[in-house]
Order: sequence, then structure tokens, then C-alpha cells
Amino acid sequence: MRTEDLITALAADASVKKAGLDQVWSVALFGGVAIAGLVFLVGIGPRPDFLAAVQTIRFDFKFVLTLSLAISAFAVLRKTAVPGARIGLPLLLIAPALGLLAVIAELIVLPTNAWAMAAIGKNALYCLTLIPLISIAPVIALTSGLRRGAPTNPTLSGALAGLTAGAIGATLYAAHCTDDSPLFVMIWYPIAVAAVTAAGAVLGRVFARW
Amino acid sequence: MTPAKDKELSDLMRAVLAGDDSGYAQLLNDIACVVRAIAQRKIGPGAGLEPEDIVQETLLAIHLKRHTWRPDQPIGPWIYAIARYKIIDAYRRRGRRIELDISDFADTLAEQEKEIVMARDIQRALDCLSDGQRQVVSAISVDGASISDTAKRLGMKETAVRVSLHRGLAAIAAKFGKLD
Repeated sequence: MRTEDLITALAADASVKKAGLDQVWSVALFGGVAIAGLVFLVGIGPRPDFLAAVQTIRFDFKFVLTLSLAISAFAVLRKTAVPGARIGLPLLLIAPALGLLAVIAELIVLPTNAWAMAAIGKNALYCLTLIPLISIAPVIALTSGLRRGAPTNPTLSGALAGLTAGAIGATLYAAHCTDDSPLFVMIWYPIAVAAVTAAGAVLGRVFARW
Repeated sequence: MTPAKDKELSDLMRAVLAGDDSGYAQLLNDIACVVRAIAQRKIGPGAGLEPEDIVQETLLAIHLKRHTWRPDQPIGPWIYAIARYKIIDAYRRRGRRIELDISDFADTLAEQEKEIVMARDIQRALDCLSDGQRQVVSAISVDGASISDTAKRLGMKETAVRVSLHRGLAAIAAKFGKLD
């Protein structure tokens, strides 16, 4: 087929309108979060002393970490779906930097002999399984959103979809988990989120090519 | 791409995205010239790749992904990034890797001469379509028939022709990745 002929066909197809990326991402994010929220509420729910826990700074800071990660990862993900856009990867350093500061503060505040117990916690295995489980819906929703975009590095974009989904899962799980020490949060949460990120990278590599 | 050229192409694309597709063929022709110059420069004779295949594949991708361009951004970097992705992908399909520096793309001057190269990949992808889609895509592209002519000729409704055309083009784009 000659290129002119192809152009004729493409021009004839110009009237088909597609949703803009903003709309695609709103739907993907809303859908993913809604299903994850449902899984959370039906499956595990918030911890029994949720209202008392909200009064404590360690509990609240878990959400500062997970939400800052979710927001920054989502922002970078959206950039990578647009060819030629500046990506701004350093945004991803915000959450880890905040986490490190919290760890340093915790090490100063806690006596040395309490460190190990705070880090190991009581729920590490739950954390490692429940965060990925809650993240399944968001990672699928965000990867489908990615298919509507044009990621020029599908593996990286998929990893960012996984990172965003993992952070959403971690945010919900944090409301259930009774381990609030930054020492626990900065060891076990990142392992769980990294697993979702790796799964996202594979999904992106396979499904987000175009 | 000069800033003036970028503005010209951006204006055309903004109009297309706003629903005025009268300048779309012109826009795609201009983009084809830009991409052809890049493809001919980036693809050496020994690569086993036909630059015109890259041009067509990039045009298809630009068409199907036009909603990803942000109207407040210059269009040149967006076009270069898609062309680069498609060149790298073409090499990948042939089991090779290529490193391309995006900054080279901007310096390439658009190729002005008209070329009549029969690209092979898209023809093979077209051959893989279902009969209905292939008839519609061929009628409109190769025979240059309008949507309404095609509808009459094939005894279909115009909306059905539009749907077949769009699905056929999307299927061709998807097939590209699987041809070797």
C-alpha cells in the first residue's frame, strides 16, 4: 500500500473521537480505587481502634507516606503515557525521603532495645500478602488506562502503574494494620509495594505495547 | 522542525482534535515527510528494514494516539518520540537493538520529494484482516472511495463502514507488532 493511500484511509477515519487522557486516567483511578476499597472493606476493614489511632502521629504518618507515594507515582505515570513529555522521575524520591526522616526520628525517640520489636511488628506476613491483594484491581485498571495512552517505555510505565497501585493498596492496608512504627512501615511496606511494582512492569511490557 | 512549522502542524492538529478534520490529510502528509527523512537517515541499507514501513507505521500510531498530544505543547517532540519508538520497535522485532538519540531527530529536515514506495508490512497486515474490514479499508485507501460510496458499493450502512474502517486500521496497527 502506498503511503498516500494510507493517509486517505486515516483521513476518512478522523471523525472517530476518543476520550482524552485526562478522562481515561480519571476512570482508571476511580475504578481501581473503588474496587480496592471494596476489597478492603469486605475483606479486612479498618482496625477496631481506628478512631483512637487517628489521634496518634505514627498512625497518621503512614498515610503521609503512602499517599505521597501514590500521588507522585500517579503523576509520573501520566507523564510517561505521553510521547516526548518530560517525565520528572525525581518526584518519586519524595515519599522515600519522608520515610527515611521518619525512621531517623523513630530511632532517636525509641530506646535501642525496642528497635527490633518495632521493626518486626506483629503483622509482617499480612502486610506482605494483603497489600498486593488489595492492589490487584488498581494495577489492572491503571494498566488498561495505559493501553489508551502511548507509553514509549511500556516496562517503565507498567512499573509506575504497579507502584501507584501498590501505594493505593498500602494506603488502605495502613488503616487495618496495627504496626505503626516507621521502622515497620519502611521495611515491610516497601517489599510489598515492590512486588506490585514488579508485577506492573511485566504487565506493562506485555500489554502496554502499541 | 522550525518553530513556524511546529506551529503550523500544531494548529492543524488542534483543529482536528476540535472536530474540524478538513486539514487532516495535509497534516498527515507533512508528518509523513518529517518521519520519512528521519527513517531514511536512521535506517541503513543493511538493516533489513524499509524506511517507508516505518513511515506508515508511525502515521498509523499518530492517528490512533492523536488524543495523547497535549494541545498546549509543541507537536514536534511528540512526533519525534513516536517515530523513535516505532523505529526501535521495528529493530526489536527483528531481534536487534538500536540506540537512538532523540536530539538528532529535531535537526532532520523534512524530505520534500514525493516517493512512491510500496511498503510491505502494511500490505501483509491488510491481508490478515477479515474480509469485511479488508474490503472497506482497500476501497477507501487504494481505490480512494468515500465513506458513502463504499457503503453503497458494499451494501452497508455508513456507520458500519466507519466502524469497519476504524477497527481495520486498529487491527493493522496491532498486527504490525506481530509481523517479522
